[in-house]
Amino acid sequence: MSEKEITFQEALREALYGAMIKDPNLIIIGEDVGPWGGAYGVARGMYQEFGSDRVRDTPISESAIIGYSLGAALNGVRVVCEIQFCDILPVCWDQLANQAAKYFYMSGGTAPVPMTIRVKYGTREGGGPSHAQSLHGAFMQFPGLKVAVPGTPADAKGMLTAAIYDPNPVLFMESHHLYRTKGMVPEEPDYSIPLGQASVLRSGNDLSIITCGGMVPKAIQAAELLEKEGLSVEVVNLRTVVPLDKETILKSVRKTGRAIVFDEGPLPGGVAAEVGMVIAENCFGELKGPVVRIASQPVPPPYSPVLTRAVVPNVEQVVEAGLKLVKGRSAS
Amino acid sequence: MDLLKKMLQIRLFEERVNKLYGDGLMPGNQHSYRGEEAVAVGVCSSLEPADLIASYHRGNGHMIAKGLDIYRLFAEFLGKEDGYSRGRGGKMHIVVLEKGFLGTNGIVGATVPIACGAAFAAQVRKSGQVAVSFMGDGAVNQGAVHEAMNMASLWKLPVLFVVENNQYAHSVSVTRSSADTCLAHRAFAYNMEGLTVDGNDVLAVKNAAGWAIGKARKGEGPTLLECRTYRWDGHFGGDPGTTYRTREELQQWRDRCPIKNYVAHLTKKGIITAEGYNTIYTEIKEQIEAAATKALEAAEPHPSVALVPLYAEV
Repeated sequence: MSEKEITFQEALREALYGAMIKDPNLIIIGEDVGPWGGAYGVARGMYQEFGSDRVRDTPISESAIIGYSLGAALNGVRVVCEIQFCDILPVCWDQLANQAAKYFYMSGGTAPVPMTIRVKYGTREGGGPSHAQSLHGAFMQFPGLKVAVPGTPADAKGMLTAAIYDPNPVLFMESHHLYRTKGMVPEEPDYSIPLGQASVLRSGNDLSIITCGGMVPKAIQAAELLEKEGLSVEVVNLRTVVPLDKETILKSVRKTGRAIVFDEGPLPGGVAAEVGMVIAENCFGELKGPVVRIASQPVPPPYSPVLTRAVVPNVEQVVEAGLKLVKGRSAS
Repeated sequence: MDLLKKMLQIRLFEERVNKLYGDGLMPGNQHSYRGEEAVAVGVCSSLEPADLIASYHRGNGHMIAKGLDIYRLFAEFLGKEDGYSRGRGGKMHIVVLEKGFLGTNGIVGATVPIACGAAFAAQVRKSGQVAVSFMGDGAVNQGAVHEAMNMASLWKLPVLFVVENNQYAHSVSVTRSSADTCLAHRAFAYNMEGLTVDGNDVLAVKNAAGWAIGKARKGEGPTLLECRTYRWDGHFGGDPGTTYRTREELQQWRDRCPIKNYVAHLTKKGIITAEGYNTIYTEIKEQIEAAATKALEAAEPHPSVALVPLYAEV
């Protein structure tokens, strides 16, 4: 399979474009997806190529965006809808969590819902309380929804393709930290990664760092710094929060005996807590130390950079925790 | 005559369900449609087979008017395996796509954007289908409904919004909840046509709905059809419906019974006699009783049905 180096954003666009070509009944809707090309440029060029019938701008009506996507999915049309950032999801919570997530189940398994909801997320300086959340963990509490959190450009393309063709509602969360990151991505238009499979980005024997989405590059950075201190570190990229790939997580932690769960969402609860418990329940005998969660502080995201840095998890914290777990000390 | 039979089916079905609820046999709640039969039947009789409808918690009338099977409805209300949702949904969460039924729902207003989405798909696929979105006077004040109506009118979707104005949400009347009590006026805010019709006159509803559905099918966009009607029973099973409504008001509306009105009309035209009516009534009552009995005796779902399937297979 030939590959080329492209950005996460370009990888998303390739997946979306490939699907638009392949399926004439695929529609893109959202605010500013038309001529503007989407708030983060993922739909760039699509309006010009496919026209306003297939790439539609909507008013600022998130409940309608999700509800329409659901209704269309029930009547033979796949929709990829875009919600500009995850902080807006509570606005359309009912359509997403009560309706889209539950239709297949409550129809007795007769009404599949093939829809994809693309959402930007991620902590950031200057975002403030309603523009900087990471809500991927919250959606674990709404069974029926799949939650995809790609961590690399290859993930972005493969998982978005898989999400679009999945007959279930997929909340596809794109970390804005990753949009401009580059990576090798298979060139075939149909490249697809099944949802529910984590990937091991780095192999190691002393410590497992389990992470997802925007924290993936930071986890790799932390692993590289820990290597300099003589540690052998494994990095597990969850890729999906729902379904969670427990097998890959447990295989890693059984090997290393030590786990740091590194996630951008806030404590309490969320991805860090769930993964932590999965490990504790299943690997108790193999653990050489407690599971450590490195996540955001339990406050709304603040605005100023200084305040933001006091809230979001960082590479130093992971390195510190890793050294303490493995060597019982701080950095040299 | 089909109109009469359908309305009677709904009336007698609701009376049987009310009894099931009263006897403590139904795990969930009942939201009776008695008194409103002309709306569901009038609208649905103007549909083509491929058209779709979306309903809400007071959906028994819509489900029967759309042709859902009465035995499977009873079974679902009782939580049985033979129910449309295998006991996972209950009365308020029934979805039957093969009959164009987009769902009853437990969240007021939620099915309005969904119905519009189905209409959107019809527009994209050029399928010629129309979607009807039923809602009550309570739902019109829900935010998602405004969003859905605005976008439907903007995109000229093939959808008909039917507002069943039975004057009360639960205990709060339209006069106490809507700044403008003529609900058809809302259409103008979205550049749509809005009509108010006597919801207890099945022919008036049928004609108005037929016109609006035809308009939608031609690509001329949505309409808001407000049907003025009244529910005979309380909002839900345990509500007598008389603490927030006067007995005089209730009696006035019962005197304007849609079935009685239509029978009078058919009698005048020589289409039916009292005897003929009694025969139909008895026949339908027996069918419903048989379906209820069968459902009461039907098997429960296996506990595993609660857990799988959660996802459609990839």
